[in-house]
Amino acid sequence: MREAILEVIEKARKTAEERDILINTLHEIQRMFGNFVPPEAIEVISEELKVPLSRVYEVLTFYTMFSTKKRGKYVVRVCESLPCHVEGGREIVRALKEELGIDFGQTTPDGLFTLETTSCLGLCGVAPVIMVNDEYFGNVTPEKVRELVKKMRGDAR
Amino acid sequence: MKPITVLVSVDSNSVLLGARHFLNYLRDLVYDHNLGDVVEILETGSMGVYPEGVIVSILPDNVFYLVKTEEDVRTIFEEHILKGRRASRLLLDEGKVKSSVEIERLTQETRVVLKNVGEIDPTDIEEYIARDGYFALAKALQMRPEEVIEEVKRSGLRGRGGAGFPTGLKWEFTAKTKSDQKYVLCNADEGEPGTFKDRLIMEGDPHSLIEGMVIAGYAVGATKGYIYIRGEYYGSIEILRKAIEQAYEYGFLGENILGSGFSFDLKIRLGAGAYVAGEETALIESIEGKPAKPRLKPPYPPTYGLFGKPTVVNNVETFVNVPRIILNGADWFRSFGTPSSPGTKVFSLVGNVVRKGIVEVPMGTTVRDLVFRFGGGVEKGRQLKMVQTGGSAGTFIGPDKLDVPLDFDSYGKYGVSIGSGVILVIDDTHCAVDLALTVMRFFEHESCGKCTPCREGTRMAVDILTRISRGQGREEDLELLREIAKNAGEASFCGMGQSVPVPLLSILDNFEEEFRAHIGAERCPVGVCEFVRTSKKLKVK
Repeated sequence: MREAILEVIEKARKTAEERDILINTLHEIQRMFGNFVPPEAIEVISEELKVPLSRVYEVLTFYTMFSTKKRGKYVVRVCESLPCHVEGGREIVRALKEELGIDFGQTTPDGLFTLETTSCLGLCGVAPVIMVNDEYFGNVTPEKVRELVKKMRGDAR
Repeated sequence: MKPITVLVSVDSNSVLLGARHFLNYLRDLVYDHNLGDVVEILETGSMGVYPEGVIVSILPDNVFYLVKTEEDVRTIFEEHILKGRRASRLLLDEGKVKSSVEIERLTQETRVVLKNVGEIDPTDIEEYIARDGYFALAKALQMRPEEVIEEVKRSGLRGRGGAGFPTGLKWEFTAKTKSDQKYVLCNADEGEPGTFKDRLIMEGDPHSLIEGMVIAGYAVGATKGYIYIRGEYYGSIEILRKAIEQAYEYGFLGENILGSGFSFDLKIRLGAGAYVAGEETALIESIEGKPAKPRLKPPYPPTYGLFGKPTVVNNVETFVNVPRIILNGADWFRSFGTPSSPGTKVFSLVGNVVRKGIVEVPMGTTVRDLVFRFGGGVEKGRQLKMVQTGGSAGTFIGPDKLDVPLDFDSYGKYGVSIGSGVILVIDDTHCAVDLALTVMRFFEHESCGKCTPCREGTRMAVDILTRISRGQGREEDLELLREIAKNAGEASFCGMGQSVPVPLLSILDNFEEEFRAHIGAERCPVGVCEFVRTSKKLKVK
């Protein structure tokens, strides 16, 4: 694991100015581990980039795209901003919470889904919008999101 | 050039409607029929509107089709391409054709920023060059830096991110500050809810942005630049990376650009989900690898910015205007828009509007024109209740203010903000209290927590609005909300908290009756809020 992390950091260093590669590096490392940055990795990053451990944690917990906890296989993000809200976003949130049986910030007991809220994704032309991992879905309806969840459940089996 | 050209929109919105799939299917059809020498299929940016499908245009006939299924693609291929007649079933219907006529008129009259979007293949630098791309850079490099700044100053260009600060002045401050290193940053952290113009500009015409940034670098004496882009904008990031690579290859970036002796490097840095990072000093903090918390101003970035060096920070749309100004001159630019806000503005039409999408119009266009003429009015034949202009930090206005011309002065003059150019149309099925609550929840969630008026103010506003939306509002609540808004506006550390009163006071002032009708009532007057009857619960106990 350490080698893989060092590789990411080495690559990032090539484009480094001063301290400007931390966030890009965290994105890469989070992708490497799926969708979170584990404590072991944080220690390596802190040592290698000479950034205090507290600072790395501060950054990881400040930004919503990062997580220090393992998330579900599918991270489902729902846009709660007004442009989605006025096009039926509230019903989408309700349908997802019901179908998954969890609230925002929680993960289903089978470890498949984590439900999160997101601010506007800039896809308001096809609102309401949700995101699953790094894939977008537009013009969704309560029925469509329920189907999508069922399909993902099926795929995971 | 091949006899027939098919343009398919592949911006992020269109991709979600199946654009990639349709594109591949069409390519297969052309290949299977051995028409590769006759039909050119090109990917392009947004053609402006999203009427529930992907827009495909065929040149030279200049026909616009709306594609929803694979079958539609086959029909267009068989009818239009093979048989040479129009697939009338799929033509954008009369209402929509009118819209494309308007888009066409727009193309001729006011497409300054969006000149290339939807016209060229954004992944091919040569198409950009063929449309005068990088000519402005060549011209600027033959001018003295002061002359470039003077031209931008004379054009009257103001920051398109929302604040409307004169761009030339910002550049002049940076140019006049002496330093061994200066930076040019592009704020592509498009986070204002409802805004997606920058996404579509970057996805449709990335080189205009790069060109604008290099010109800025030359003007202020900066040799390094960053594009700070939202981490969630996967499609845009990919297109930009490719564009930067090509610009290096062709010598528009890197050492000794066009033999001028001027060098400029450009890199991309990703955001990671923080609205407040759109504030320029928070953005700088984020690039420096820290939480995106705003800095105390002054000093402002032109004197003390990234790594403590003089820094220019401009929005995507602002930079894209620059090559146009350099190439065509300040007087040409001033021929669009209003005296105090020259040029055009790209608006995002969203919400309960018939034709969602982006539209570029001269500054000073009225809200009514945007909603009805370009947007086609309210969806499903419903009544217009209100419009939020400018984004979540913008104003809620009723139908009585539709004739206000939008520019950087319209907030001061009429209480209607232009912000980042959002026109969010809201129909009569929505409730003012619920909308205010949703907006305040957004602010509460995005408050970085650094200062109390913003952190606590937004939290309290959410509490009070939640109470009202549950039918438990109190008489004094509206006054309380006004006070919170005032405090946040006056005492917050940065522009984000300071903008809390803009949406909150405008919705309270323009829809006060609806708020009052929630207090002491049996149910939400619009039927949106779900009232919780505590008294009844007590009785059950």
